[in-house]
Amino acid sequence: MAEKKKGAVAKTEELEHVYDSGLVKVNEKFADPGIEPHRVRMTDKSPAHEKAAARQVAGLFFISMAGSVFSIWAYFGIKIFTADLTTLRDNNLFLGLGIALGLLGIGIGAVHWAKTLMPDAEVSEDRHLTRGSEETRAAAVEIIKLADQESGFTRRKLIRRSLYGALALFPIPGLVLFRDLGPNPSDKLKHTMWGAGVRLVHDPSGLPIKASDLEVGSVVHVIPEGLAELGKDDATYDKMIEEKSKAAVLLVKVDDGELIETPERASWSYQNIVAYSKICTHVGCPVALYEQVTHHLLCPCHQSTFDLTDGCKVVFGPASRPLPQLPIEVDSEGYLVAQSDFHEPVGPSFWDRKA
Amino acid sequence: MAFAKKLKNTRRSPWSFIAVIVAGLIVTGSGYSVATAAPTTDTGYTQQQVDSGRKLFLANCASCHGAKAEGTDAGPTLIGVGAAAVLFQVETGRMPGAMSSGPQLQVKPVQFKQEDIDSLAAYVASLGDGPAAPTKEFLDAANNGDPTRGGQIFRINCAMCHNAVGAGGALTQGKYAPALNHTSPEHIYEAMVTGPQNMPVFNNETLSLQDKADLITYLQQVRSNPSIGGFDLGNLGPVAEGLFAWIFVLGALVLITMWLGAKSN
Repeated sequence: MAEKKKGAVAKTEELEHVYDSGLVKVNEKFADPGIEPHRVRMTDKSPAHEKAAARQVAGLFFISMAGSVFSIWAYFGIKIFTADLTTLRDNNLFLGLGIALGLLGIGIGAVHWAKTLMPDAEVSEDRHLTRGSEETRAAAVEIIKLADQESGFTRRKLIRRSLYGALALFPIPGLVLFRDLGPNPSDKLKHTMWGAGVRLVHDPSGLPIKASDLEVGSVVHVIPEGLAELGKDDATYDKMIEEKSKAAVLLVKVDDGELIETPERASWSYQNIVAYSKICTHVGCPVALYEQVTHHLLCPCHQSTFDLTDGCKVVFGPASRPLPQLPIEVDSEGYLVAQSDFHEPVGPSFWDRKA
Repeated sequence: MAFAKKLKNTRRSPWSFIAVIVAGLIVTGSGYSVATAAPTTDTGYTQQQVDSGRKLFLANCASCHGAKAEGTDAGPTLIGVGAAAVLFQVETGRMPGAMSSGPQLQVKPVQFKQEDIDSLAAYVASLGDGPAAPTKEFLDAANNGDPTRGGQIFRINCAMCHNAVGAGGALTQGKYAPALNHTSPEHIYEAMVTGPQNMPVFNNETLSLQDKADLITYLQQVRSNPSIGGFDLGNLGPVAEGLFAWIFVLGALVLITMWLGAKSN
């Protein structure tokens, strides 16, 4: 092999290097090919073609005119009825199409004109040098010196130094604005409306849920008791949105023996009913695409997938933590209630979240 | 006092005796006729339907679902799934699924006559308690519900998989939530109460009949909504719209640019 390679190199001097794979790199320097030979256009050779091209250009300009007139017709001709918004759509659509035709006709016609009928002599221009001539450079220096002399920038120390000070202070207000990134939301991100004895209620009706309402495979979208009431008053509507974005929960009942529970969480479910936060631990989208057979919970934003029967551990996707579980039980009337708040902050990571 | 007196007087009236006799005859007579019209089982199907359904089941379904519908490795038990499950799966052609392949059962041409499907439903309903077909009253309500409320319920419970206007969407590993644009009110109801395949169950305790009726009204109305924003591209959202823009609009721009730079013939 080695001998063969040497032989190949010896045969032709144009080869710069022979790689182990046998590929060769040819010397890349080659002569300037210059401008390719000029090819005479059909419109220059045949008067019939020239006439046809002229007609095409004029035709395009006529299309433009037609488009403009059409758009005016569309504006007045297509009546808009507020009861039927498709009339607004049609009015806008045809108005826009007419304007587009008006502009495109002019543009395409002009380019077609230039390409087929205007002179097609090919010209090449060399680039000028980047560096200016000696005289230009000397003149520039003179201008700066004159400006310094006339303004007294070097001579007037007080003005010069106060200007430096002003320039140094100028960016500071921009830095002060960063203060608005705070203050820290303290423990707002670490707590939700859930707490011991808070009933699980239907979203959006606010009706409580009995454990017996659910059958295997049931899914209920749940909010804490009292949240729906916040939404009914304009004054507390924002508060409702804020709380719902943290407290939204998915309630699911699975079949006997399907739950895999750690000893410390064994008491967090009730008769195979589990409650998990709906807020994705990746960037906080609502995770609610539940597959009854695979028990997978899918987040629609980035395809993070959680195994609901196995502590909502991540089985696929960019989320890095399981969904937090809400411990549940039933109250004396048989309604599902929370045992406590979540045992960890819900949703995505933030700066002072532990782990 | 006056009321008691009046009651006492009425009881003494000779007409009351006749009235009691007539009422008693009506109650026992109609009760007897209901009891003796016996072919109807308590699921609303006739015994004849159950019997012919059993034969059809043994011939067409038992190979996967077991001779007694107890389920095998190839198919789940049908005891307790109710008539609604049979009607949904067979009337949409999803069942029989023996010839299907792929991540989930698909809608196919229906394989049975309607009376045979009803017989199969009768047989499966006789095996154990399960959801039944929707009642006439429900279907009437589902045509006249509150679409605004139904839309809210749909967005909270269904839209994450089926899309906000029921255009369908993707799930994991090739599975998908089908579009609901052509699904009948009966099938929408049956799917909710039975939870076919990977769809969760929305029984009448977690989603009331009124909720379901409003939801179906919404789905029917949203189909006839004109697309005010222009072509809806299947209502599939930013991915479909983005693909259209990148392939067709950008493609057109590239072609125009090439034409601008090309020399004339």
